[in-house]
Amino acid sequence: MDIQHVNVKLMVQNPEDADLEPLIPVFHRWIQDQECEELLLDVADYRHVPAGPGVVLIGHEANYSLDNADNRLGVRYNRKALLDGNLQDRLEQAVRAAIGACQRLEDDSTLNGSIRFNRREMEMFINDRLLAPNSNRTREALEPEIRALCQRLFGGAEYFLGHGGSDPRKLFSVSISTEKAFKPNELLENLLV
Amino acid sequence: MKASNAFWAEQLAGQIPEGLAREIEIFETELRLRRQGKIEERVFAETRLRRGAYGQRYDSGQRHDGKKVQKLLYPSGSLTKGPNTLWDAPGMQRIKIPGGGLNARQLETLAELAEEYSDGIAHVTTRQDVQLHYVHIDDTPSLMRRLAAAEITTREACGNSVRNVTACPFAGVCQDETFDVTPYSRALSKFLLGHPDCQNFGRKFKPSFSGCSEHACGLANMHDLGLVAVERTVDGVKKRGFQMYVGGGLGTVPYQAKLFDSFVPVEELLPLAQAIARVFAQYGEKKNRNRARIKFLVNDLGIEKFRELVLEERKNLPPDPRWTEYVQTAEGFREEPLSAGGTIPAGDSEDFRQWIRTNIRPQRQEGYATVTVALPLGDITAQQLRDLADIVRKYTNETVRTTVEQNFVIRWVSCADLSEIYRDLKAAGLSTAGAGTIVDVTTCPGTDTCKLGISSSRGLAAELRKRLAEQSFNLDAAVENLHIKVSGCFNSCGQHHVADLGFYGVSRKMAGYAVPHFQVVLGGEWEHNAGSYGLPMMAIPSKNIPEVVTRLTNRYLAARKKGESFRDFIKRIGKAEVKNLLEDLTRPPAEQSDRGFFRDWNDPREYSLGDMGVGECAGEVVSSVDFGLAAAERQVFEAQLALEAGDYHRAWQMGYQSMLQAAKSLVAAELPGISDDPEQIVQEFRTRFYETQKFFDPFAGGKFAHYLFAAHRNVEAPRHPEKARFLIEEAQLFIEASHSCYYRMGTPVTV
Repeated sequence: MDIQHVNVKLMVQNPEDADLEPLIPVFHRWIQDQECEELLLDVADYRHVPAGPGVVLIGHEANYSLDNADNRLGVRYNRKALLDGNLQDRLEQAVRAAIGACQRLEDDSTLNGSIRFNRREMEMFINDRLLAPNSNRTREALEPEIRALCQRLFGGAEYFLGHGGSDPRKLFSVSISTEKAFKPNELLENLLV
Repeated sequence: MKASNAFWAEQLAGQIPEGLAREIEIFETELRLRRQGKIEERVFAETRLRRGAYGQRYDSGQRHDGKKVQKLLYPSGSLTKGPNTLWDAPGMQRIKIPGGGLNARQLETLAELAEEYSDGIAHVTTRQDVQLHYVHIDDTPSLMRRLAAAEITTREACGNSVRNVTACPFAGVCQDETFDVTPYSRALSKFLLGHPDCQNFGRKFKPSFSGCSEHACGLANMHDLGLVAVERTVDGVKKRGFQMYVGGGLGTVPYQAKLFDSFVPVEELLPLAQAIARVFAQYGEKKNRNRARIKFLVNDLGIEKFRELVLEERKNLPPDPRWTEYVQTAEGFREEPLSAGGTIPAGDSEDFRQWIRTNIRPQRQEGYATVTVALPLGDITAQQLRDLADIVRKYTNETVRTTVEQNFVIRWVSCADLSEIYRDLKAAGLSTAGAGTIVDVTTCPGTDTCKLGISSSRGLAAELRKRLAEQSFNLDAAVENLHIKVSGCFNSCGQHHVADLGFYGVSRKMAGYAVPHFQVVLGGEWEHNAGSYGLPMMAIPSKNIPEVVTRLTNRYLAARKKGESFRDFIKRIGKAEVKNLLEDLTRPPAEQSDRGFFRDWNDPREYSLGDMGVGECAGEVVSSVDFGLAAAERQVFEAQLALEAGDYHRAWQMGYQSMLQAAKSLVAAELPGISDDPEQIVQEFRTRFYETQKFFDPFAGGKFAHYLFAAHRNVEAPRHPEKARFLIEEAQLFIEASHSCYYRMGTPVTV
């Protein structure tokens, strides 16, 4: 199975207090400064849509967003372009990009610390129904790879893997959570090992 | 872009009608050939447009990021998918939904596509289509295959073709309709799709159906071909037919459709439409796109001559069995409810009662109602589409339609189920009240994604919606029932001409900066199938538009006569009073450190037109061009007053003078001694601004200059009301174009 289009979402702490409006100038600044490795193009504002994509930084290879799908607010990295390498590389790339975006947002002085991540929960999606239908078969095929990534990511610490429901119409997804709050820097360092 | 693109054809083999599968294969091959440079870019552009694949803003490969023009360096480099349109740049995919009709599976398919190829949002348009944005051209064949497997085509969704055939979303369940137009609209849509007689138009062609003449749902008067259901008794037998209108359209200068025939029997609907298509293809303008819509042909020929040509063409058409074979089944067309009818519940919350009041409409069939799902700015998420699919399966036989007000209408809901469906819609975030009221602002995509956008129509609409929703419980009924429609430019995709309060995006220079503005258009009529068009009043900075709405609605409430409509009220108080009421809003704030005023809604970038930098003049510098253009604006305003007073001759003259004045202002920047002689002004303007293309709009080209040339040529022609109105509309646009031209000229030259 040649899996591409990995999405990773890291949940925001106290989502009810988060104001997405200040995100718009931040994302525009990312475009000005080409802050990410992807070619960044534009900002789409969907704050008016309940449980929607929120504010989206549109890129050529990937989108970044403060996404509120399922009423769960989080930073989402949506890989659109194909990546070389194996599945482990692609999972790792998406996790790195999502964590990198979280760090940039937490460090952004104009946001005054208003957006923080809960450091315990993330979700992973595969945005291609043909190659990764939301089925047990996909789960069986992908779970070992996801576990291998989590093993490295959390440095052997305990984590929990949940399947994102059985509705075949939805994207294949898993939820990953940890008992202990993780530190973004540590996670990135773990991936280097 | 998608890893699965190579596999969809095989996956869906046998599920796509053969003809459609072949068409998509051909399109895929054309994509490949274009990549290899074996198809000219302009030819490929029309090919993809006819499959609904549009370009999108910034697809030229550059974007002003607020500080500088940034080159967008895509992996495919300089490969293009059309003139000045880079291959890798995100595009928009328009999906045709005839009559707005969808079923649950189709909703689910749209959800999948929105998620996998777009940004998770499907957008309902003002013509009942669905659009996906930020789509890569390489993904479009897979996307089209998946739609085709769900019996949806994107064929002829754009390009010079027959566009989506729209129809009243309440057809078949409406209390007032003559008969259900659904099967007739479907038959026409199917008949004209890919028809050989519809492949050689100079521009697009938009048909629309309405079940009655009183309401707005079909908007027959603003369509190229408008059909209104009527019945006539012939020899004691009631016969179905249509009032047929042709040559309507909004666009830069709106035209009311002309009555072609007061009764076209249903058996003649298809052949007559075919004959009209042939006449349009044969006689319609081809070279000048700006005069290529059928409205110009009808206007130039006159309706009598046009009718004569069509009827002659009709006589010579070779017979086609499809003309009549659908008629019998059409008359028997029925939708059936899923469950027994009931009564509308009283409701136990104010939210529910408000929703019942604004979103529920009893059907002509007792015990049933339609439920309008109001979508903010026409947007719906992939998950909401799935939820909606579940809801229409649970409560109806999957009877749901999109509307031209960018909403969904669920039909055949038993009134006994209203409490429960409300709960389900609420859980899906789809229970917003206020459908069809002033809160339910309609808007085109504007600067968010459209290449032609001048101001942020969605940004403004979102702001108005937010403010009005906060007041919705306290709004007087007279205000609540008004319509607001916003377009990002003069092309009218937001249908601003037929709103009580319409706005379209323009720009102005203030204190040396380009500032987003909206032209205020008042007094359009949404009812009676878009019965009459509003007129532009004045341009107001974008950030002051909410205050415009507040002042106008407050004045209306305070000063209207009993039962007086907003349109009649505006007509009565006149433009002079409107101008007095709003004049101060045309000015920038005294404190110019407020940079927000110079930016557009929800866009922190310094506002600019066409990726140009901000103005260089930081101080209060007023040039002779500024003064001259202001004088032109005054003159066009006086022209409007003359029109209002019924003095058509003066209205025409003033409109013409305003164009001369604007042209002279521009010429004076290069030739300070220019005289007032119209001949010299037009000649110098032609030489210095038209022939050099300095006046050319990036998208409309020299279109607006032709308005001046035509008026100058026809200065002695007799006047009548419609011609005067057209000229004033054209003068307004010419002045807008002069402002843009002046902006492009850069720093003011004469102080």
